[in-house]
Amino acid sequence: MKAVVGEVRQVRVMLNSNYAVAYAVRDVDVDVIAAYPITPQTGVVEKLAEMIASGELDAEMIHVESEHSAISAVIGASAAGARVFTATSSQGLELMHEVLHIASGMRLPIVMSVATRALSAPINIWCDYSDLMNVRDSSWITFIASTAQEVYDTVVEAYMVAEDPRVLLPVIVAYDGFWMSHTYEPLYVPEDSSYVRSLVPRRGRIVLDPEKPVTMGSLVGPDWYFEIKYQQVEAMREAYNVIREYDSVIYKAFGRVYEPIETYKLDDAEVGILTYGGIYGSLQEAVDRLRLKGYKVGAIRLRLWRPFPVDDLYRAVRGLSALIVVDRAISYGASVAGPVALEVIGALHRRGGGPDVVSFVAGIGGRAVTESDFEGMFETYVKLGRRAVEAGTLYWGVRGVEYG
Amino acid sequence: MSWRDLPPGGMIVEPGNSVARRTGDWRVFKPVIDQDRCTRCLICWMYCPDGVIGIIDKPYKTSSGRVWSFSLYIDYDYCKGCGICAEECPLKAIELVEEVK
Repeated sequence: MKAVVGEVRQVRVMLNSNYAVAYAVRDVDVDVIAAYPITPQTGVVEKLAEMIASGELDAEMIHVESEHSAISAVIGASAAGARVFTATSSQGLELMHEVLHIASGMRLPIVMSVATRALSAPINIWCDYSDLMNVRDSSWITFIASTAQEVYDTVVEAYMVAEDPRVLLPVIVAYDGFWMSHTYEPLYVPEDSSYVRSLVPRRGRIVLDPEKPVTMGSLVGPDWYFEIKYQQVEAMREAYNVIREYDSVIYKAFGRVYEPIETYKLDDAEVGILTYGGIYGSLQEAVDRLRLKGYKVGAIRLRLWRPFPVDDLYRAVRGLSALIVVDRAISYGASVAGPVALEVIGALHRRGGGPDVVSFVAGIGGRAVTESDFEGMFETYVKLGRRAVEAGTLYWGVRGVEYG
Repeated sequence: MSWRDLPPGGMIVEPGNSVARRTGDWRVFKPVIDQDRCTRCLICWMYCPDGVIGIIDKPYKTSSGRVWSFSLYIDYDYCKGCGICAEECPLKAIELVEEVK
């Protein structure tokens, strides 16, 4: 046991990312949890149920018949003023889809973890980001974590952000299904959870209260609907600044630095490789290997997906000649099929200039993306040059697809 | 007034304000009570899902000479023209009249 730098004394524990979520949810002292089991998320709520049964966490666990009901139940509880939590994956997230918009439209500070997983059909329980990318326009703030440590810290931060009166939007904390949800890693958690509660004090907001009745989610016609949706645009914009403030709070408390865009060996790089989630470690390893071969290459990780950190990205990549974006989701029929690659192109277009963007899709349906895969994608780009940009998207590792 | 002036999410923070909005203006058929045939059984008053049928303190004398101490009245500002009153009336004393002029 050893304390790391930061205000609070911490202990080193061994957890997978599902349990890291559960520990954080316990430490912020949620009131109501509703979730429906789905692989690979189930471990989160199993652990929480265990914590409630043992008296470690004083919360209400609502058993529901579907994810549609799970999110609906936490919407009700949140509207009544409770601090709430839910978790899901894949088809479960898709079943929630219409209700996700209601949660954000009602401006409820709900926090949900998503252990990302491929979508049916064919049925596949393994990791990719198709589920998460499908809900990108639902006005949920979305973090993508890369380690169990970051999962713990980000769930705590998610409550700070969601409940901030300048934001009042729901937050997703996503991480790789199986690669992270079921893989144990060492991490530090505060010894005393009351310290975590002090980081996330209860704040006043308008809630359902018979003493002071309000109506939430009422009908709004063409005369005012646009203004109310514009409030969400502004809240999402403001969320960026609020997140940066709480990144500092997390640093002061735990001694760990989080930024919307993280980089590795990028300072003198000519080509950058950007990805998100648990494969960032493999990418860093691949960068080391490519540097041994003499390539000036660096790694970039996207931590904050919504709101998209346009300026942070631009600052990091503007000097590069090319930027390879490795997505683990397919936007079928899109101009560029990698959802993050498409977003990166939009961000660079907005700022003007910047590197050529090469979009790779890899790791679909839980296929491993190793150091060698990143090296292979980089070398394919070197071989193709400008043709890699013009291709739109390169599908890495598909039998029968060859480039060059 | 701008987007800034609205409560978050278009929440209605002032209770009981539905009186400020006349919700009967999308009605297609308007129920009209024949005070002469009506026996004041109050079935329409019980069935109305919007509570827009009122009992008013106004005596009425029918063509056959019967005197009622009260009349029934429909608040057309809020009646949505669902027709339940006309359907339930055992005397068929409520007629649905098309609103289109």
